[in-house]
Amino acid sequence: MAELAAVPTVARVRSRRRETHDTWTLSIDAGEFAFQPGQFNMLYAFGIGEIPVSLSGDPVAAGPLVHTIRAVGDASRAITQLKVGDPVGLRGPFGTAWPVADSTGSDVLVIAGGLGLAPLRPAIYRLFAERERYGQVALLYGTRSPADILFRHEIERWRRRLDVSIEITVDHADLAWHGHVGVVTRLIDRAIFDPDHTVALVCGPEIMMRFAASALRTAGIAPECIYLSMERNMKCAIAQCGHCQFGPVLICRDGAVMRYDRLQPLLTAREL
Amino acid sequence: METRGLDRLICEHAFFAGMSPDHCELIGGCARNIRFDKGAYLFREGDPANEFFLIRHGRVGLELIAPGRGPVRFLTLNPGEIAGVSWLVPPYRWLYDAQSLELTRAVAIDGGCLRQKAENDHDFGYEMMKRFMTMLVQRLHAAQLQILDVYGTHG
Repeated sequence: MAELAAVPTVARVRSRRRETHDTWTLSIDAGEFAFQPGQFNMLYAFGIGEIPVSLSGDPVAAGPLVHTIRAVGDASRAITQLKVGDPVGLRGPFGTAWPVADSTGSDVLVIAGGLGLAPLRPAIYRLFAERERYGQVALLYGTRSPADILFRHEIERWRRRLDVSIEITVDHADLAWHGHVGVVTRLIDRAIFDPDHTVALVCGPEIMMRFAASALRTAGIAPECIYLSMERNMKCAIAQCGHCQFGPVLICRDGAVMRYDRLQPLLTAREL
Repeated sequence: METRGLDRLICEHAFFAGMSPDHCELIGGCARNIRFDKGAYLFREGDPANEFFLIRHGRVGLELIAPGRGPVRFLTLNPGEIAGVSWLVPPYRWLYDAQSLELTRAVAIDGGCLRQKAENDHDFGYEMMKRFMTMLVQRLHAAQLQILDVYGTHG
């Protein structure tokens, strides 16, 4: 089983779309492929390298697999520069999922920072598609500047819904921006939720997630109801190589989505 | 009657939640109702910081002129929050601009008046300082996150 999961299949790029100055969304034809919100694939730029990339499309929708990738290293830069029809190696899906179905009946706070909106988007699709199953649903999204907002047009569509609350904040802006300015944790105070019956899904840079989890605890949400998506240097993705070891945890196997009560003691350890 | 109304507004404001009626009355004695049209400035960098504002309705943007970039907005404030902390410490001058981003209704509180009352009544002063210190620490933590630029490539 592990050997099979270690061998990439060849998929082909169907389309690519620029999201921001350094981030692209690629749709990849991969045949029949089932995944859950929060899972990731390993994408291989042939001859250059392989990287973990969260799935950012709707898990229920038929059609190509969707990944949103920021060009920050050789492999990610090569993948974002693939053209329509180019081959890309694909392994997956790997990792744990956001507890979307398990949150039925609860209020759901989705807190995204920067590119962290991409791994949360599959969960957002399912929450919005089955909106009646949940209490209050809020998306709180923080990013660097207005130019760095991901999925801008889609967010505009989401904001027209009356049954979800969507708040966006940026770290800084020029005066043309009319929205919030400040860190994403400040939006938590503005969200409507019952802390005793709320599940929080948090994804973003690790420091942002630590601050967000702390603010959620202050707001009264129990640690076992807070989920974070962890990022580490994943290589094999099948719990063999140990590159993604985080204390007693292998992120590729035990994550990327993990409960805060398990992560909390690890997050502030200097040597992990 | 007007002052009593302001006392109530002050006591009901989120920043002063739980404040005793006596202390709200002390603050009310230094307060006035005020409104700012969209685009108006509550205060400008370099001006004397003689008062601060309890935002009741509307939204306020805090801005700095950055060389080569023009005005940069680094924080927006919503109802229930406070605009202005420079009245607390010498030299009592604003270090940034505060602009009303939409029609904003606020209670303006005279900083010199309040400092004098805090000097005369240390219990009141300590109660005020606890609230401002909490807000300042929260803003300091938020500023640390912003300085770290966590959404940049090193986030």
